[in-house]
Amino acid sequence: MNTPANRIETLQPLSSGMSWQRVLAAYLQEIRAECLRYLRSPSFMVPTLLFPATFYLLFAVVLGRSQPADAARFLLGSYATFGVMAPGMFGFGIALAQERENGLLTLKRALPMPPLAYLLGKMVMAMMSALAIVCLLQLLGSLVAGVQLSALQVTRLTLTATLGSLPFCALGLLLGTVVKGSGAPAVVNLVYLPMAVLSGLWFPLKVLPPLLRDLAGIWPSHHLNMLAQGAVGFDTGAAWPHVLWLAVFTVVTTALAAWRLRGHG
Amino acid sequence: MTPHGEVLASLHGVHKRYGALLALDGIDLQLHAGQVLALLGPNGAGKTTTIALLLGLLRADGGQVRLLGQDPQQLASRRGIGVMLQASALPETLGVAELIRLVSSYYPTPRSLAETAALAGIEPLLKRRYGKLSGGQQRRVQFALAICGRPRLLFLDEPTVGLDLPARQQVWAAVRTLVTEGAAVVLTTHYLEEAERLADRVCVLLRGRIVSDGSVHALRTRVVNRSIRCITTLQADAVANWPGVLQVARDGAWLQLSSDQVESVVRQLLAADPQLQGLEVQPAGLGEAFNDLTNDDAADHQREAA
Repeated sequence: MNTPANRIETLQPLSSGMSWQRVLAAYLQEIRAECLRYLRSPSFMVPTLLFPATFYLLFAVVLGRSQPADAARFLLGSYATFGVMAPGMFGFGIALAQERENGLLTLKRALPMPPLAYLLGKMVMAMMSALAIVCLLQLLGSLVAGVQLSALQVTRLTLTATLGSLPFCALGLLLGTVVKGSGAPAVVNLVYLPMAVLSGLWFPLKVLPPLLRDLAGIWPSHHLNMLAQGAVGFDTGAAWPHVLWLAVFTVVTTALAAWRLRGHG
Repeated sequence: MTPHGEVLASLHGVHKRYGALLALDGIDLQLHAGQVLALLGPNGAGKTTTIALLLGLLRADGGQVRLLGQDPQQLASRRGIGVMLQASALPETLGVAELIRLVSSYYPTPRSLAETAALAGIEPLLKRRYGKLSGGQQRRVQFALAICGRPRLLFLDEPTVGLDLPARQQVWAAVRTLVTEGAAVVLTTHYLEEAERLADRVCVLLRGRIVSDGSVHALRTRVVNRSIRCITTLQADAVANWPGVLQVARDGAWLQLSSDQVESVVRQLLAADPQLQGLEVQPAGLGEAFNDLTNDDAADHQREAA
């Protein structure tokens, strides 16, 4: 080749040339694509919305006749928690596991996608799903199960559930970096369902063996449940230790996932 | 060869190792504006690793990789490239136009949706869901995504696998358009015909090294053997003993020869059989040149091992 090798050093670096408006547009496009993509996937949306709603109707309404009056309100808190765990864990966990295997993640890494757009797109999708779930449950609670909440309680529960999906996005992300492809749904369910049970979302904690009851504090779902119960009017003590616990869990889990993604692609 | 355009990307003395396997063993390569480079080589030769390094998907163990004057892992350098990889499953529930808009949004000055669709020949597909398309149609959408950002450097990994001839020609025409606009193209392919049609320059990789780098014509002329075909009554065994004749085979009335001294063999044939008809002389194809290269190397490798 007759081109001097040092020519490459004199080549003007490509001006980064993206105005902040276009970078913002890229983020918005990514979020929009991610939301549309899942809205149109019945295999994701139907179980995500239907499972918590069905369980709530079954336990709070059909089987709830003989229970104390507060049961339907208590179950609203715990099924909201159960419901909003799913979009993050499944949306991140299974999608990341599949996209690592089917080449989409590789393509996105090669393309000039803004680095956080991928995570942000999935996060917003999980929060929107969580919002839909908690609204649906509150609607069922007030119309069918006769739960009466003040406007403040409705706002608090909605906010808690929507933001509460984030620690489970982080957990899903970490699971997605560990498993690959077709094994992912099984693994995510193996974490999701036992964690829900051990946090007292399906049965009250007091029916669990003492050892498991004492361990409930290690599960993020237990802390989110405490916040949700506080939101619907049960006395669960101060909120800040639970919020702090969830924040630390989210940061540590995300950092672990980021480290794994960098190391293993 | 046409004068070189500016260097858009380069590898200098690049090594890459996966555990015990040395995937790239000192690669030097420069990609020039306005040039189509075909990267050829058997599976495992290092083509995919070379491309992954240029795209910033991998880091070199040694040597230097530059993309548009920067480290390929810098986002800004990747804003000048377009990518079509071999296997990438795009979200099936998104429409084709939605996918193009999404990928276009990553670039500073993308083409319009209409321009991208026209160039890739996918206008009728814009409203369809990606998951409902045939394999060949999906491949063309992936090509559209590669060109939508007006890239200065385009990476195409086996771009026309699964395409019928008209679709393949459409892709070739689009690549030509981009090259006249001054883009550089890196192409890996198993279809030597594709390399022959499209590439200005062919680079052959073998066991992590570049064993040949030059024009298609230069690669072809590395092979001195050409083939001769004619209708003659001459006996194959007799012709086989002539100087310069490497192989002879009879095929009905036809005699098929391979020779490294075609001119003198033809003269001798015409002299020996005045009735000779239907004389054809053909140059070695890229396929033969490629086989020749890889066989030479295999032989060398065996000698080294012995």
